[in-house]
Amino acid sequence: MSSVSQLQNPTQDGTILAVNNIEVVFNDVILVLRGLNLTAERGKITALLGANGAGKSTTLKAIAGLLGSEDGEVSRGDIVYNGMNITQMSPEQRVRNGTFLVMEGRGIVQDMTVIENLRLGAFTQPQKNVAEDMEKVFNYFPRLRERTGLAGYLSGGEQQMLAIGRALMARPNLIMMDEPSMGLSPLLVKEVFGIIKRMNEELGISVLLVEQNANMALRAADYGYIMENGKIVLDGTAEELMNNEDVKEFYLGGGGNERKSFKNIKSFKRRKRWL
Amino acid sequence: MVQAHARKNSWLGDVKMNWDLLFQLMINGIIVGLLYGVVAMCFVLIYKSTQVVNFAQGEFLVLGAWVCWFFVMKWQLPFVLAFIFAMAFMTIFGILVQMVILRPLIGEPIISVIMVTIGLSIFMQALMNWVFGNSAERFPSVFGDETISIGGLQVETAYLMSLVLSLVVMGLFYYFFKFSRYGLAMRATAFNQQVAQSLGISVKQVFAMAWAISALVSCIAGVVLGLVNAVSNSLAIIGIKVFPAVIVGGLDSIVGAVIGGVIIGLLENLAEFFDGQFFHIGNMYTVAPFYVLIIILMIRPYGLFGTKDIERI
Repeated sequence: MSSVSQLQNPTQDGTILAVNNIEVVFNDVILVLRGLNLTAERGKITALLGANGAGKSTTLKAIAGLLGSEDGEVSRGDIVYNGMNITQMSPEQRVRNGTFLVMEGRGIVQDMTVIENLRLGAFTQPQKNVAEDMEKVFNYFPRLRERTGLAGYLSGGEQQMLAIGRALMARPNLIMMDEPSMGLSPLLVKEVFGIIKRMNEELGISVLLVEQNANMALRAADYGYIMENGKIVLDGTAEELMNNEDVKEFYLGGGGNERKSFKNIKSFKRRKRWL
Repeated sequence: MVQAHARKNSWLGDVKMNWDLLFQLMINGIIVGLLYGVVAMCFVLIYKSTQVVNFAQGEFLVLGAWVCWFFVMKWQLPFVLAFIFAMAFMTIFGILVQMVILRPLIGEPIISVIMVTIGLSIFMQALMNWVFGNSAERFPSVFGDETISIGGLQVETAYLMSLVLSLVVMGLFYYFFKFSRYGLAMRATAFNQQVAQSLGISVKQVFAMAWAISALVSCIAGVVLGLVNAVSNSLAIIGIKVFPAVIVGGLDSIVGAVIGGVIIGLLENLAEFFDGQFFHIGNMYTVAPFYVLIIILMIRPYGLFGTKDIERI
């Protein structure tokens, strides 16, 4: 165990987030993450991919400190952000330190207006920044400026933009996004990923991206991890992963256009990364 | 005399409606109803942000009134100062109740939490009986007994003050929840605690704040009631009367609480009017709100403004 945490030295300059060998347990009995390791580079987009139930969202919630309300806890390992051990820190303290999680399903407060939602994002910020930051967000998302009604009546794409805008209001260094493409049309997915890329490049915000849509995610990301059953099984640069045969087969839906028959089934032996 | 007149005639006959009395009672109803609305708001505030049904709401109100009375009578403080001290005391009291009694109960079944607030209400009743005695005590007359004539109606100054304070409290509530960032944080917490946490809001702080505000506003309502009537432990009955108001309005709607309060206030006074004029059953004043409560629960169990998926208790 200790050798692992030495391998991923958190004080290394380029690393903004290092998750070292964490285990997450729900209700004291259900082991969801079993020794998960990952790092996110400063100023880069890191993608975390995997099937349903692999533990991707749990990983993000562990980093954001939101497991407590679901009766879960990090029972082993540590999470290091910016050289600080944040494993036991309260969620609000983590937000103050510059991490921000855009939750799955966007977490927009439906019965508030767009402006009220944005002000909520700036809850941890001094109030004098609010007007200025809101102007910035509206420049990013001009469409939100015209929406004066309740946030619940916005379209899915607009809600996703509002969620990203609200995250920007908190002036984070690391944004974690849980399935930004959920429930959006392909065109909107493209737009949202464009925005993520843009905010990464223009504002220098590091991004940790959890996605089902592996294709889109790897195209936007610099580095990727693939998760299965609470563990990382494969990692590499986005390019490496996109060209990996196993990833193509299992996550990118490649494998040619020829018709497949049960005759041709072969058992895949996946390369596992053993830590 | 009016009654005798009504009794002589059958009530569907050539009875003259006593419009002045009706009008007067309706004004009273609105004023008292707004006060119910204020207490109902406190109740809804706690329910909405912490999912706790506070059965000790009435006792909070009486304690506030007693503390203010104590400062005025025993410490001889001027009324305004005593009022401010009492509000400060109740704010701290609310926070302490939340921290010491309710925080350890987070995550426990709702029935346990209800039993605890009922226990708290009984405990506070007994404590106040012990400390302040069980007789009614009057405040030294702050506003005098003079009445002001508005459009030919006589309204007591104390009632007028009650009306003004209720409206001020409601205005402050509106401002707080619409514009202040802590108000927004409370609304976000009420909407979804995990989302609120992800935004950097401390749910613990929000819970403590909800109890603090609720106790503070209960104190205002208690002192107003103490001025209008007298301070006594039986004022805690307001805590029960607020239930019809809250349920008419919907357990989780603050606007609904105010409207529910006014409806119940009006209903009480109308019941008194029709009872006194026509039916002569006696005491309809007290029971009418509860009949309405039953009817509302049968037709719209989530209230006029509440969300439908509220768990009933």
